[in-house]
Amino acid sequence: MLIINILGALLILGIVWWFWLYKPTGASENSSDMLVTVKNGIYEPARLRIPAGEATSIKFLREEASPCAGTVVFSDLEISEELPLNKQKTIHLPALTPGTYSFTCQMQMYRGELIVDDKP
Amino acid sequence: MIQEQTVKLIIEGAGCSSCVGKIEGALNSISGVTAAEMNFAERSVSVEGSAPIDDLIKAVESVGYNAISTEGVSEDDLMDEKEAADFAYYKRLIREMTIALTLGVPLMAYSLIVGEMTVTTTTERIVWLIIGLLTAGVMYFSGKHFYIGAWKSFWNHSANMDTLIALGTGTAWIYSMVVVFFPAAVPDMARHVYFEATAMIIGLIDLGLALELKARGRTSQAIKRLIGLQAKTARVIRDDKEIDIPIENVLLNDHVRVRPGEKIPVDGIVIDGHTAIDESMLTGEPMPVEKKTSDEVVAGTLNKTGSVVFKATRVGKDTALAQIINMVKRAQNSKPPIGRLADIISAYFVPVVMIIAVVSALVWLNFGPEPAVAFAIVSATTVLIIACPCALGLATPMSVMVGVGKAAEAGVLIRNGEALQTASKITAMVLDKTGTITLGAPKVTSIHLVHAKEKDRVLELAASLEAGSEHPLAMSIVESAQEQGLSLSSVKNFKAIAGHGVEGVVEGKELLFGNEKLMRDHSVNVNGAVDVAQQMAAEANTPMYFAVDGVLAAIIAVSDPIKEDSIEAIKRLQKNGIKVVMLTGDNRATAKAVANKVGITEFFAEVLPEDKSDKVAELQMQGEVVGMTGDGINDAPALALANVGFAIGTGTDVAIESADITLMRGSLHGLADAIAVSKATLRNIKQNLFGAFIYNVAGVPFAAGVLYPFFGLLLSPVIAGAAMAFSSVTVVTNANRLRLFKAKEH
Repeated sequence: MLIINILGALLILGIVWWFWLYKPTGASENSSDMLVTVKNGIYEPARLRIPAGEATSIKFLREEASPCAGTVVFSDLEISEELPLNKQKTIHLPALTPGTYSFTCQMQMYRGELIVDDKP
Repeated sequence: MIQEQTVKLIIEGAGCSSCVGKIEGALNSISGVTAAEMNFAERSVSVEGSAPIDDLIKAVESVGYNAISTEGVSEDDLMDEKEAADFAYYKRLIREMTIALTLGVPLMAYSLIVGEMTVTTTTERIVWLIIGLLTAGVMYFSGKHFYIGAWKSFWNHSANMDTLIALGTGTAWIYSMVVVFFPAAVPDMARHVYFEATAMIIGLIDLGLALELKARGRTSQAIKRLIGLQAKTARVIRDDKEIDIPIENVLLNDHVRVRPGEKIPVDGIVIDGHTAIDESMLTGEPMPVEKKTSDEVVAGTLNKTGSVVFKATRVGKDTALAQIINMVKRAQNSKPPIGRLADIISAYFVPVVMIIAVVSALVWLNFGPEPAVAFAIVSATTVLIIACPCALGLATPMSVMVGVGKAAEAGVLIRNGEALQTASKITAMVLDKTGTITLGAPKVTSIHLVHAKEKDRVLELAASLEAGSEHPLAMSIVESAQEQGLSLSSVKNFKAIAGHGVEGVVEGKELLFGNEKLMRDHSVNVNGAVDVAQQMAAEANTPMYFAVDGVLAAIIAVSDPIKEDSIEAIKRLQKNGIKVVMLTGDNRATAKAVANKVGITEFFAEVLPEDKSDKVAELQMQGEVVGMTGDGINDAPALALANVGFAIGTGTDVAIESADITLMRGSLHGLADAIAVSKATLRNIKQNLFGAFIYNVAGVPFAAGVLYPFFGLLLSPVIAGAAMAFSSVTVVTNANRLRLFKAKEH
């Protein structure tokens, strides 16, 4: 029983670490081919890096029929766009100040991050 | 003439960078193409020129690739595509649900009618093994998307609905298979299989998603209706010939003919003919509006009586209707502050639930009665299944979607979710008088001569002076002079003094036209005429003093009629407990007369445009949540400062973009409608949040087994699956209930 309890506690710690404490380091750099695919419950890539102070755009390609995937919301930027199925949709972003902006589906089940960096 | 344009094509089958030259070469060889440039990384090509899209696609196909146009897809087509995609997905969900329930329902019935689903004999092991494999088939054919989603999501360090379903059903199935394969490893009392739970949960959740999809379709009906207003073709006059072309191809300044019964295809100005146009679909105003030369016509409205030709002034995405559709769409997808709590909870909920499931299992294992293992599995599975926060995530957006659409149908454009929420809390409504309570089209009602001899001469000089001013009162003087056939002279040294009047030189005479303060500032003696002015004001006229070379010549009374339904609309606001305050630059007596007529007790007169915002601030300091209503131009600072700014617009005004809420028709009933819709939407959101929270907050402890020690109750995973599936359906259905709401009755 002790082992099971220890395993249970480790599982809880694992959940906390994996979902909350772990900070992924990689992010897709801005380029002309920055394309986010919406498929299987996630945005791929889910972390995007763009420079501050420049208007930019991100293309989304929704390959999943579920209506949850149908809208992408950048709530801090008051942007909410419908994503057609199997067609690219370009979302134009204004020049942004440095920071991290999240983008999600309408139900907040799909989550992504837009990291805006100061220009080097 | 064919328009020069840039067309973007998506290229399929281009696997190597050497394809670029072939594709660009093929496109550049077509006549009419000025430049073709391919972006290999994006697999797209931009083509400039006037060549038809079909020719471009054929050229790409001729070198062995496929091309898909991304341009020229109308909103209508996109909507149709979306509906087709949704329908295909709906059919898939129904098929998957049928497969799952075909296995799940008989198993469930067996467990309820025949008895325990335990594994004791070898025959039972074989039978349950077959059923376990069939369940695995169900998991693959009906639930594959959950498992793939959960896996992808997990590696992405996020957890979602799929995670919970995959964990719950996976746990139930794996445990059952362990019982089948290694019964000896499990205590006698815990040799129970849960295949029916796995199959039923997958089936019920697929059913829930299908029902939700159906209900979601109905929430966007307002947008569909707006898009449906757009005409598909326009009859343009080119080279003296009338030709029907798709509205996408109408160019600026094209002359467009519209016959009776046809829709106006793009925005424009009438250049020939007259007619009556039904604008109700955009403004909610039931009466057709007369249109003659120089009048504006708006795309989407319906030509009723005559045939007119108009010049296109706004086409494509620039038409008022297109802007309105965009704005409604944006607003429908924005969130009011009330949704933030649900968003925060949704973001953290799934991992929290996973922890609760582990804790619950450990508690059952440590302290639960026998068979503790079975209880632990059941409670952990049930917690995972019932806790999905999708309903929470849907609670706000679904209501906002219906509420904003409902308002749009009533001619009220709400800019975002925040405005929608704040409008429901308004305690004081500030109304600008001119153009808001009144028609904003004043008429000269009388001229009282003081030192002048002839009324016509007074009107002639005053109109000459005012011709350069855009003030509504000035326009009334000019119109009155024009109606009487008087000729106007040119004005020199014209100067408008905001809130006071105007001055200038006409025919060598120094003229002053404005209020009493303007006269006194220029030392014009008005003492003998003040009584007359006061009398005019008491009769709801605006008296305007007119001086020639420093001597008071006349007082001109101008009256701006009160809108037909202002009184009733103001009563509606007051009945809802909203304090109505009137602001005007007019003199106190006129303001009082108008306020009395419409039933307003609190008003501020002689307010300069720049001071309007101070009055709004004053009310806010008194603790009021202030709504400000104006025409969106000189009231802009006050509109911006108010908690909610309501612009009275015609649908073509820039006010659509700048105000929190735009009333497409002039009637103040729009205000009461906006507030009523806003209150109903907020109430609906609260009901949804309550419903969603109840499923999660009450469901999770119940699923974990907190009631077991007291009542011996433990929730079945199947019930949890059904509850989870129907929580989203409940929320979306409740949001749809808002579609039946009628603003006028509130």
